[in-house]
Amino acid sequence: MIALLIRDLRLAMRAGGGFGLGLAFFLIVTVLVPFGVGPEGTLLARVAPGVLWLGALLACLLSLDRIFALDHEDGSLDLLATAPVPLEGVVAVKACAHWLTTGLPLTLAAPALGLLLNLPGPGYGWLTLSLAAGTPALSVIGAFGAALTVGLKRGGLLLSLLVLPLYVPTLIFGAEVARRGAEGLATATPFLLLAGISAGTLALLPFAAAAAIRINLR
Amino acid sequence: MLTARDLAVQRGGLPVLAGLSITLPPGQALVLTGPNGIGKTTLLRTVAGLQPPLHGSVTLPPEGAAYAGHADGAKATLTVAENLGFWARIYGTATIEPALEAMDLRALRDRPAQSLSAGQRRRLGLARLFVTGRRLWLLDEPTVSLDAASVARFAAAIRAHLAEGGAALLASHVDLGLDRIATLDLARFRAAPSAPAPGGFDEAFA
Repeated sequence: MIALLIRDLRLAMRAGGGFGLGLAFFLIVTVLVPFGVGPEGTLLARVAPGVLWLGALLACLLSLDRIFALDHEDGSLDLLATAPVPLEGVVAVKACAHWLTTGLPLTLAAPALGLLLNLPGPGYGWLTLSLAAGTPALSVIGAFGAALTVGLKRGGLLLSLLVLPLYVPTLIFGAEVARRGAEGLATATPFLLLAGISAGTLALLPFAAAAAIRINLR
Repeated sequence: MLTARDLAVQRGGLPVLAGLSITLPPGQALVLTGPNGIGKTTLLRTVAGLQPPLHGSVTLPPEGAAYAGHADGAKATLTVAENLGFWARIYGTATIEPALEAMDLRALRDRPAQSLSAGQRRRLGLARLFVTGRRLWLLDEPTVSLDAASVARFAAAIRAHLAEGGAALLASHVDLGLDRIATLDLARFRAAPSAPAPGGFDEAFA
């Protein structure tokens, strides 16, 4: 299992692995927003938590189809399915590797990008915290979507259509934590719901994704 | 080592083979033959557990089998040693040296898999078998794109594997020159084309 995590991280870091792609996308989206809505500080401060969460979510979406599609193309998914490791564990480890190469860098970069959007002072901590609690759910839900579309040629678009509606609760509560934090309001309720979504998806979706892969490998 | 009873397998919801029974004792290799599309790959995938049989049962040794399909499962940006080392760790094997030796990959160990030729890449895929430590090998066209010397080398490796009490079920059109070998012509077990696949996944959407 550790070997699989190390392999996936190594693959992501090597040329063409896609590491940094999500981060660059996040940066560009954040820079583009002031061009679209205008440079007015108060307006930017009001939309900043939502825009940052939306940017992180879309950046996460970019690399989802790589989770299983590449392994399916070169045959290693077949070999992993016959290897002495549970497929549920394979899904969980691959989702974890996706989070480490996408969700974690996005979380760490978010405060710096918050500066570009004039995010109010108290919001920085809550933005980072909400992304840290919410991006694992984005990776696991994404891994489930990737498992559903694994055998399809150019399934990336279908994957986005499948996964984006499933991201709605995470986005609502994540952006709510960041917004309430930025305005200095109580954040406990949305934060607990966000953490609950992450914990629930982490516990259940590896099983659903493994079942989907087994059907797609037939 | 491998026992299959009254096996029926399907591809794309259609039965391709039926009434197939296989007994493979340790130390023996069984070669599956038959025209293209008869179901050699489907049978191997079913035995490997990648798809459920339509009918019948497959009994494998408790530690399972090592499957090598058409694709080599080699990661293009990892080196030969990194690719093999990954599978060695998955299967709990300590060293990759015997595997490198068996398929003559020592000189290529630090080359990324993307810079290997098709035959070299195939040798990397076959070297994976040696780090699995599995006694039953399921091989789907193992000699594709190998040159004559590599085919001989691989045949010698299979012979050594059989001598150690291993077994191999392989689909191949190439004569590997093995002594203890049986051949099974799958054409005899072709399923009746009209027989419906019961309980297929697609039935729910019909």
